[in-house]
Amino acid sequence: MSLLAVEDLDCRYGLLQAVRGVSLQVAEGETVALIGANGAGKTTLMRAIAGAHPPHAGRVKLDGTDITSLPAHTRVRRGIALVPEGRRLFAGLTVEENLRVAAASRTGGRWNVQAVLEVFPFLKPRLHMPAATLSGGEQQAVAIGRGLMTNPRLLLLDEASLGLAPVAVDAVYRSLADVIREGMTVLLVEQDLGRALKVADRVVCMLEGRVVLEGEARSLDRDRIVNAYFGLRRAAAGGTGA
Amino acid sequence: MSVANAILQGIFLGAFYAVLACGLSLMFGVMRIINLAHGDVAVLGAYLVLVIVQGTGLSPLLAFVIALPAMIALGYVLQLTVLQRALKAGILTPLLATFGLSIVIQNLLLLKFSPDVHSLGASAGGLTTESWNLFGSISISALGLVVLAVAVVVFAALHLFLSRTRPGWRMRATAEDPDAAELIGIDSRHVYARATAIAVAIAGLGGLFLAIRSVFDPGSGPTQLIFAFEAVVIGGMGSLWGTLLGGLALGVAQTLGAQLNPEYAALSGHLLFLAVLILRFGGVRLVRFGARA
Repeated sequence: MSLLAVEDLDCRYGLLQAVRGVSLQVAEGETVALIGANGAGKTTLMRAIAGAHPPHAGRVKLDGTDITSLPAHTRVRRGIALVPEGRRLFAGLTVEENLRVAAASRTGGRWNVQAVLEVFPFLKPRLHMPAATLSGGEQQAVAIGRGLMTNPRLLLLDEASLGLAPVAVDAVYRSLADVIREGMTVLLVEQDLGRALKVADRVVCMLEGRVVLEGEARSLDRDRIVNAYFGLRRAAAGGTGA
Repeated sequence: MSVANAILQGIFLGAFYAVLACGLSLMFGVMRIINLAHGDVAVLGAYLVLVIVQGTGLSPLLAFVIALPAMIALGYVLQLTVLQRALKAGILTPLLATFGLSIVIQNLLLLKFSPDVHSLGASAGGLTTESWNLFGSISISALGLVVLAVAVVVFAALHLFLSRTRPGWRMRATAEDPDAAELIGIDSRHVYARATAIAVAIAGLGGLFLAIRSVFDPGSGPTQLIFAFEAVVIGGMGSLWGTLLGGLALGVAQTLGAQLNPEYAALSGHLLFLAVLILRFGGVRLVRFGARA
């Protein structure tokens, strides 16, 4: 059975329908990349899975249990952690406080400050500095570390490379690969198609609130993805055209 | 010498204002709620202590220890029932809700205790009357010392709580970004309720000191709120240690003003408050306009 199952999810902002009947499954240990143009509904879908955006219709299931009505903080205890777009660190807290404030109350679990520092060794000298003084890449690392500190079963990662220098993106993704290798289940939003295809087992492409393409990252033809990404249905249907 | 004595008395008075202002500052810092019922909550605490003293014959300080759990519970319930709903409805609603709460508390107290003036000064015994003289002209009262010591302990304890404990980190994290705090498993409603419980408990302490050092009646709350609010603003909104310093500055301004003429006490405190407002906000704007020009 899949760890996460999203069924016919509808999300709205007033009259605007951001997510339209999306169904999605993520298996234990799998890495799925959610791609699509700006405004395709990726972030809203992620926030609905985490419990930060109440859906209009549909269901979210974790391990077969319906969690649609649970608030975000309870879902964290069940094992869902969202690393939000724009990082959203607690600027006045030090790096260590940012990490430890997220630690699960129950003891045990793989992740603690030491384990996070092993994955992101460049945070070690920054541990006692206010989070606001860090570079973008370091802040993203703290944000991911903060999510890991809750000992999640499913890590949701929204636009980890947003606004970062290419070298910082490389560092963040190298560390992320370590986390994935250890068996973490990850659903991530990524604008960079090449990077998404490299890190993910499966790719889900959204367009205007709907899933328009889904498949194994290795077997998907790049042209088909680009067509789905921009909604070029004529090319997708015609096959040899253009 | 009389100026030195006035400054010392101002510090004692300011410590009292700081205790009154502490909870107001905490609630604003954590939830951006300006609790207009804060002074009335303090007076409510004073009446609670009065009832316990009259019922048991205990000293006011011991009676406050007994009243403390009730004040904490009151704060917790107040947040979960009234303020939490108000917070959801936008930034101005808590202001209206606490304004209403202020009226409700005043009238309930009026109904139960009549408009008569009360004081706990007599029941506090030596604490109210004991004092020592230094160099003939400087007088140190036992009550002043106790209030100052308690104020420092309360602010230090709150500082340690916020900077060293996990519930404290959770409170600071929620204050900065409640949405992000929810995403790492923090129940913001619980954190807010805890903050209000602490604020109400410390307001009760302020009420106790008010009752010992002077007199109170059901309508005393708003005056206390004004002094507490001035202390918070003088010290910088949202800064805890600033509130302690703001309280002390307000107290010193009042006693120095009274040195000139007893009628100037409250006035000179208000003038300091206005001066800080102009320097901090008006002044900054002038600089900005200057830079743009």
